[in-house]
Amino acid sequence: MKTLAPTPGLFMRLGAPPSVIVAGTLALILVACALLASWIAPYDPTDLSSFELINAELPPAFTADGDPNFLLGTDNQGRDLLSAMLYGARVSIAIGGGAVLLAATLGVSLGLLAGYFGGKVDALIMRIADVILSFPTILLALLVSGIARALIPGAATAEWAPIILICAIAIHEWVQYARTVRAATMVETAKDYVRAAKVIGLPAPRIMLRHILPNVMSPVLVISTINLAAAVLTEATLSFLGVGMPPTYPSLGTLIRIGNEFVFSGVWWIALFPALALVILVLAVNIVGDWLRDRFNPKLRVKR
Amino acid sequence: MFKVLLSRLGQAALVMLVVSAVSFVMFRYVGDPVATMSRENASVEEKEELRRSLGLDQPLVVQYGRFLTRTLSGDLGISYRNQRPVTALIAERLPATLELVIVATILSLALGIPLGVLCALKPDGVAARLVQALSLVGISTPTFVTGIVLILVFAVSLGWLPSFGRGQVVDLGWWSTGFLTISGLKSFILPGITLALYQLTLIMRLVRAEMIDVLSSDYIRFAKARGLPTRYINFRLALRNALMPVITVTGLQIGSLIAFAIVTETVFQWPGMGLLFIQAVSFVDIPVMAAYLLFVGLLFVLINTVVDILYAVVDPRLRARSA
Repeated sequence: MKTLAPTPGLFMRLGAPPSVIVAGTLALILVACALLASWIAPYDPTDLSSFELINAELPPAFTADGDPNFLLGTDNQGRDLLSAMLYGARVSIAIGGGAVLLAATLGVSLGLLAGYFGGKVDALIMRIADVILSFPTILLALLVSGIARALIPGAATAEWAPIILICAIAIHEWVQYARTVRAATMVETAKDYVRAAKVIGLPAPRIMLRHILPNVMSPVLVISTINLAAAVLTEATLSFLGVGMPPTYPSLGTLIRIGNEFVFSGVWWIALFPALALVILVLAVNIVGDWLRDRFNPKLRVKR
Repeated sequence: MFKVLLSRLGQAALVMLVVSAVSFVMFRYVGDPVATMSRENASVEEKEELRRSLGLDQPLVVQYGRFLTRTLSGDLGISYRNQRPVTALIAERLPATLELVIVATILSLALGIPLGVLCALKPDGVAARLVQALSLVGISTPTFVTGIVLILVFAVSLGWLPSFGRGQVVDLGWWSTGFLTISGLKSFILPGITLALYQLTLIMRLVRAEMIDVLSSDYIRFAKARGLPTRYINFRLALRNALMPVITVTGLQIGSLIAFAIVTETVFQWPGMGLLFIQAVSFVDIPVMAAYLLFVGLLFVLINTVVDILYAVVDPRLRARSA
């Protein structure tokens, strides 16, 4: 598990079906494009001088009145849509990745504590988890971002938006990590090597981090793939609802929100291309995640 | 049995207490009610007077107690934005959301069960594979994208269906319904499909999994050995048993659907509770947010508790485990 680098070669050696290889490669290409946005994007959408209102709402280059300078057309402010999408995907992936990282850190730590100490610690952590799990992700996320917006003065909301989003998404996602790691930790804690470590008087943090943690990490990696897809979707939904990334620094969801205002006037590309990019990205990650789950840990198959 | 009932109700009360505490803290500490309610250049004395009259100078526990009493008597405060009682606002929006959720649930069951059965009966068939692949696309497509695409195709390009609002509604007492007019019914189609798609994948996968489980059980094999007709085995014997958990999950999901309707309502400008809530979030209208949280929390707890208790009634094994 540790050497699980997502390279096509490895996928093939693990017996991945062609659809997973295609999806995995596609996901890698998309992530790479997003990360390299500042080098490969034809224009810089954050640079106000690079776009003019006169170019606003130009259709894609391949349609009848398209401008060859703008492959996928332009948005309502005359920004090149392709460039905006590349930068937007970078924002989406960064926030999704940040949320997964935070959720995993929080969930693994709490799961370790609950599983290792048991008793009241376990009961407290797991009750909180139960309550959180009984509410849907989107509701909790909206609530967190609503409270955060009320606490942070209006002008600073835009700067804080990514951090608010990461917290809002992670507050629901950590539960799954905590539950999985807790169960695995309970099994490991009962094993001889942990009991031996306790007998020779090693401090609890050291036993948890050095001895148990490496043995409970493999499901965490599998969960993370699927959670990344879910986190990107939640971020897009929040941005679409207008409580996520601001239009000055748009994610894919924000772009779709902007585009949605123009759908009725027949300007379909501003909403449709970012939506397509989002669906392809999430679908590719989901296909890989589904396969990883079935391949490495069939037990994780939950009836959703 | 009595013990189970008591412990379930106790748990439910505890969760509601937590939810109400969160709601109270939002109410009390997010933003300053005095600043919002007093006039522009009120003097310090006037503000103090208002603070006293609102009971904000009392100890926190007293304030929380008052909040609970007020909430229990149905007074959830006044919306900052609309300047109207929050309870009235929610009551007004409730029918729209509930009707949408009902339509979506019926649609998703009507499509999800047959598709799930199809996938279970012929797991390697072309149709089953296609459905499976589409369901993965289904989970990967966010609700708002589905909505936008439906609007683009059926409202903008073809002009067949309305893309926003509820159409004409008929008032039945305090309940306004869209089921009785043609424009109301037409308005249900696009948002109903959009919300149903979110649910459809789940129901389909569940029916498929349950059906495969049931089909491999002993009594089905025995029925096959007896030479009963396949149709009878599949639909009268297997499907019936496979549907039990589906009904429970559908019930449990109603709460999530109401919460998830927020997105659908935004796309289609559907005047339900979700739209009310999302507007409250963007305008930092704390009383509405707090009330929505309380309401949805209550709904979730209610549904979960009823299902838990029903389970205990139906299945004696659960009684022993949880008591």
